[in-house]
Amino acid sequence: MAHIKVEEGVPGIRSLVLFRPETGKHLYELAQVLLRGDSPLTAAERELIAAYVSHRNDCMFCMNSHAAAARCLYDEEKNIVDDVLADMHQSKVSNKMIALLNIAGKVQILGKEVLPEDIAAARLLGADDREIHDTVLIAAAFSMFNRYVDGLASFTPTDAVTYEEMGKRMAEKGYALPQQPK
Amino acid sequence: MKKWEKEWQKKGMHYHNNQNKKMAHINLGNELPGIRGPMAFRPETAKPLNELAEILLRDDNNTLSRGERELIATYVSYLNDCFFCQNAHGGIAQYYLQCDMQFIDGVKKDFNSMPITDKMKALLSIAASVQKGGRFVTADQIEDAKKAGATDMEIHDTVLIAAAFCMFNRYVDGLGTSAPADRNYYIGRGKQRAEEGYLHFDLYK
Repeated sequence: MAHIKVEEGVPGIRSLVLFRPETGKHLYELAQVLLRGDSPLTAAERELIAAYVSHRNDCMFCMNSHAAAARCLYDEEKNIVDDVLADMHQSKVSNKMIALLNIAGKVQILGKEVLPEDIAAARLLGADDREIHDTVLIAAAFSMFNRYVDGLASFTPTDAVTYEEMGKRMAEKGYALPQQPK
Repeated sequence: MKKWEKEWQKKGMHYHNNQNKKMAHINLGNELPGIRGPMAFRPETAKPLNELAEILLRDDNNTLSRGERELIATYVSYLNDCFFCQNAHGGIAQYYLQCDMQFIDGVKKDFNSMPITDKMKALLSIAASVQKGGRFVTADQIEDAKKAGATDMEIHDTVLIAAAFCMFNRYVDGLGTSAPADRNYYIGRGKQRAEEGYLHFDLYK
């Protein structure tokens, strides 16, 4: 049971934005711009950062749904997602992505944890200012989304099929504010 | 960096005195303080961020006052040790609540000992748990807030404000943006932001 009276059976953030579409509208717009809008990082890479931060925040709903979206977007390379979540240093992800994921992990702890050497490492491995910016904001945004979803104890499905479908929808359609069923 | 800090301390200057000369982690193309730097760097994301702030903190269709909502934002920013946000929103809260800086600092240190409503105490306690992580919010805390008269909408907004500032604070500090060291700077800014709001303002003014 969620902490507040939201629609039964509607999972995660969807139930919360249906409860309060006035704020939900901007949350979905932020997700769309950050994860699907113009960026030097691919949508797959950005979903992977989102899944990684959600994993570190122990938010099962966000981790499972964004990991599923990342798998869809990585397509034939989908194993990268689970490999990174298990141990990015053993995965086939690029060194630049490791440096960006390292920054995301620091942001997840706290903004001040990001040190000049973390930024320097990312630069050496080919990350530009825009990529670093987007990484920091995605990590910060998921530090919000994760807390929103779990702080109100929204419904978290536990079956893999639900997330697979969710991931497919997120990969294909992006983030549009869910509408109240009529 | 450690050496750099020490040198300034030797001169008897606080680290923060040099914050506005410090470069952010990336080249933002401007020298604006705090969140205004990255907002000017990337207006596409600034738009939903400012719209979220406006509806959450300033919209009058809300049973929590603007001052109460800014106080929650200030408290969470304090817990996240974000100098810019806790002072910027502290200044705005101070303007709305017509209080002094001592009152704001008292809330940060120990809100339970301050003359605020039981409902606000219960909501600040929920915000503090959200700051640690969503799962730290307990059913008992929600129960206490409801007993003190908090509605579902007020609990929702408290959780979302606290969560949103876990984002804003990380955005500001994660990019190593600068922040004016003089806390009085934020008092005047607070009045300006309260009057202008979070939409349709000039980032460079």
